[in-house]
Amino acid sequence: MKILKRLGLWTAIAVTFVISVFPLYYAFITSFEFGSALFTPSYWPKMFDLTNYISVFLEQPFARNILNSIIVAVTVVAISLFLGVTAAYALGRVAFRGRAALLLTVLSVSMFPQVAVLSGMFELIRSIGIYNSLPGLILANLVLTLPFTVWVLTTFMRELPKELEEAAFVDGASPVQLIYHVFLPLMWPAMVTTGLLAFIVAWNEFLFALTFTLSNDMRTVPVAIALITGGSQYELPWGAIMAASVIVTVPLVALVLVFQRKIVAGLTAGAVKG
Amino acid sequence: MQTFKLFTGLTGAVLLATNALSANGASAQEPVEISISCGAVGVELELCQEGADAWAEKTGNTVSLVSTPNSTTERLALYQQLLSAGAKDIDVFQIDIIWPGILGSHFIDLAPYSGGVEDKHFEAIVSTNTIDGELKAMPWFTDAGVLYYRKDLLEQYGHDVPETWAQLTDIARDIKEQERAAGNDGFWGFVFQGRAYEGLTTNALEWLDAYGAGTIVDADGEVTVNNPQAVEALTMVSGWVGDIAPEGVLNYAEEEARGVFQSGNAAFMRNWPYAWSLGNSEDSPIKGKIGVAALPKGGENGQHTGTLGGWNLAVSRYSEHPEEAADLAMYLSSQAEQRRRAIKGAYNPTINALYSDDEVLAANPFFGELHSTFVNAVARPSEVVGRSYNRVSNAFWNATHSVLSGAVGADEALEGLEGSLNRIKRGGW
Amino acid sequence: MASSSALTDSRASSSAPTRSRASSNALTRSRVRSAWMFMIPMLAVLALVAGWPLLRTIWLSFTDATLDATSNAQFIGLANYYNATWGGVLSDPMWWNSVWNTLWFMGVSVSLELVLGLALALLLNQAFRGRGLLRAAVLVPWAIPTVVSAQMWGWMLHDQFGVINDMLMTVGFISDPIAWTAGSTTAMWAVVMVDVWKTTPFMALLILTGLQMLPSDCYEAAKVDGVHPFKVFWKVTLPLLKPAIMVAVIFRALDALRIFDLIYVLTSNASSTMTMSVYARQQLVDFQDVGYGSAASTMLFLIIAVLTVAYITLGKVKLGSEGQS
Repeated sequence: MKILKRLGLWTAIAVTFVISVFPLYYAFITSFEFGSALFTPSYWPKMFDLTNYISVFLEQPFARNILNSIIVAVTVVAISLFLGVTAAYALGRVAFRGRAALLLTVLSVSMFPQVAVLSGMFELIRSIGIYNSLPGLILANLVLTLPFTVWVLTTFMRELPKELEEAAFVDGASPVQLIYHVFLPLMWPAMVTTGLLAFIVAWNEFLFALTFTLSNDMRTVPVAIALITGGSQYELPWGAIMAASVIVTVPLVALVLVFQRKIVAGLTAGAVKG
Repeated sequence: MQTFKLFTGLTGAVLLATNALSANGASAQEPVEISISCGAVGVELELCQEGADAWAEKTGNTVSLVSTPNSTTERLALYQQLLSAGAKDIDVFQIDIIWPGILGSHFIDLAPYSGGVEDKHFEAIVSTNTIDGELKAMPWFTDAGVLYYRKDLLEQYGHDVPETWAQLTDIARDIKEQERAAGNDGFWGFVFQGRAYEGLTTNALEWLDAYGAGTIVDADGEVTVNNPQAVEALTMVSGWVGDIAPEGVLNYAEEEARGVFQSGNAAFMRNWPYAWSLGNSEDSPIKGKIGVAALPKGGENGQHTGTLGGWNLAVSRYSEHPEEAADLAMYLSSQAEQRRRAIKGAYNPTINALYSDDEVLAANPFFGELHSTFVNAVARPSEVVGRSYNRVSNAFWNATHSVLSGAVGADEALEGLEGSLNRIKRGGW
Repeated sequence: MASSSALTDSRASSSAPTRSRASSNALTRSRVRSAWMFMIPMLAVLALVAGWPLLRTIWLSFTDATLDATSNAQFIGLANYYNATWGGVLSDPMWWNSVWNTLWFMGVSVSLELVLGLALALLLNQAFRGRGLLRAAVLVPWAIPTVVSAQMWGWMLHDQFGVINDMLMTVGFISDPIAWTAGSTTAMWAVVMVDVWKTTPFMALLILTGLQMLPSDCYEAAKVDGVHPFKVFWKVTLPLLKPAIMVAVIFRALDALRIFDLIYVLTSNASSTMTMSVYARQQLVDFQDVGYGSAASTMLFLIIAVLTVAYITLGKVKLGSEGQS
């Protein structure tokens, strides 16, 4: 019985792993290929040729694009989490009239198709004078991440045991102290998760990044990948595109590997207090 | 809304003031910076960079290149966003042959700068670029659909290059059946661009034009698509999927079709000239086995044709230096520059004389044979229908797609198309 | 506190006055005041970045604006929505086709993602060697930019040289290659498959976080009592997870209802897979009809809003309306 259970667990792990990673693996193999080899399915790397990787960096400021993406994504996450946690405290822990309406209003921001907000956002960004700059992108990306962050953090904040703040209030703690000393340690798993998901949203955002930047030095990674072309308008240089995709996906995987410990760390913290 | 208008008004005023200042301070000869959008990265950008640098050297101005996405739809969306905001960020735009009608109002008339040089270019392109008597863009390079075939297979099974679409259908079926009998299970007769996008419009227009069925909307703006020749053309096409073409062709764009042909799995392919050099590259399984011909005629009374593609250079109305920008556009589209691009990058010139230039022909052997295809290429009705072009094209490719997939018959689809086109027209384009 | 009902009960009872009414009121007032202080930055940022674009879209939907003439647009009332001469959004069969496609897509993909995401979260919650690695691995689909992964899947699903057909044929599941993205029946399923592959990690991670934040004493109590694990899951874990699941489903559903890029890359403008966002984009960008496209976008917004409110009401999602002093 126990062996069967182990077997079932490891089969599930193996299947999950293969399905998740296979396309990236396939991208990895393809990134070494070019020309006609791309038109035949292969499961193992047939050659090990770094030409595509080199060309990705030579033909455009790809390192700069990666840096831009990092700056944008990190700032967006930091702002979203800061605004999200403070708002989540108010929305999740304090009862006041109109709370439900406020939450719905925040959510309604996520109900318009991105292409519909594009023109308005374009005008806004140009009128503030941050067109073709990273602050412009950061501002635009907040529309995508903020409602989500606020909602998730509010949900988790609300689920925390009520006795926590009562004890703190008896001690005479201010709301800021309360958030910082009592809720923040408990919110780590939720913060890491929402932060991670928001990071990826900002990292992968394409439409805003394409429309609000113009020079190659200001562009982010997804746009840079969309700019990769072959010898003509029609040819899609798969090898180079796949190489670029591998380059931008690997750091994210590393990021998750580092931060997933925090998700577990939160468990112990929660267990102590809860 | 009001406050926003006020705000933009203020910024506009400030900008105007600064412009006035700089204009006062600078003489007309002062070097300026012109920005041009051409191609994405890669060969296309490299060629543009070299050309722009040469112009900068000659005139003492500077040029900055703005790379735009490879995908045509994304590029158009970006241009529309910039132009409708009156942005000064790009002076010279590289635009698709069908865009002058859509974007024309944002571009200046180039005729005062051209000195009549456009007469040396292909007439069809110049006329597509002329909107309401204004030359909105200079032809830069052209494109037209051509037929690729497998020389070795035609020879092996004793066929000639097909002259008509009916012949092509028969030959494709025959080769497919024989190849399959010989154990080549994944072999197909003909691949083309059947996806529901602009590419299908270019393919389908070739079928119609081959039968003399007109160009969807005629020069006077009348919807002419529902005619017996068009029914004949689409009826012939309706049997292809599952017979000579795989079902997947209904979602093929250029590269998917090339993938099938270049891996040796199709006898014929309709594509643009770009596929030639790739199909003949070192590692291609069909290297040296490819022939290029004009697309077949509809019947004995039909004609060889190909849909006109290609790119042009236009100057933004919002440019701060329209004169220099126009000069750059004229320089890049000049005979010398087009010749250089043809030799180095196989970009099809738009100037007749270059098709008899020895060096150009040495670099691109099939240019000579296909000269007439390029000259006689059929233009999509973008000039007549203007801003409605994308609607017209969308209705057209939807109708064709439903015929190809077997959902409706040719006559029914064309009748429906005629109705929806007249609705789009609503009394005037 | 072994079940959710107990949890809610304890909350409800705690609103009973423990201190004197007057001081409690003063405390509540000061708490509400500080709550607003805490929310103002977030609301200000949202109003700044979202307020203008959203209101502008709604305004434009009542005008005849086109992409190159948004500024001098004329007010035409509800004509973009419905009018007697040429119809409007509400009488366009293509629009209703895309509404139906979107709802179908949302229903199928979100259900699949919920089931798979829950299973995946439970798997990731197990203790085994290499758990960190698997957590990172499952996030890979979500981490690859959609521009790339959609194209990649388009390539892998190609009927002639795609690796998926090759794999299925090698294993012997199918004898002839399937034209996944071309056939009108398979195309939508292909899109669903790729979407499920891509976004299940999102669902799984949020549910996993919910699992991690559960008070562990519930389990221990249940374990001591010797309750069957399945029963523990059904009676204890799932109800406690509900808030996390509900919020994950809301955001997945919102994204699914607005899906655009995946479908656009995989099948372009084909009518069998056209969704509301694809329709709106086609009007706004391809056809330059900003007024009409904005009307379609506003309809999309209204449909989503109605669905969301219905979901929140029927699913009894807590918005904080019940008392918690």
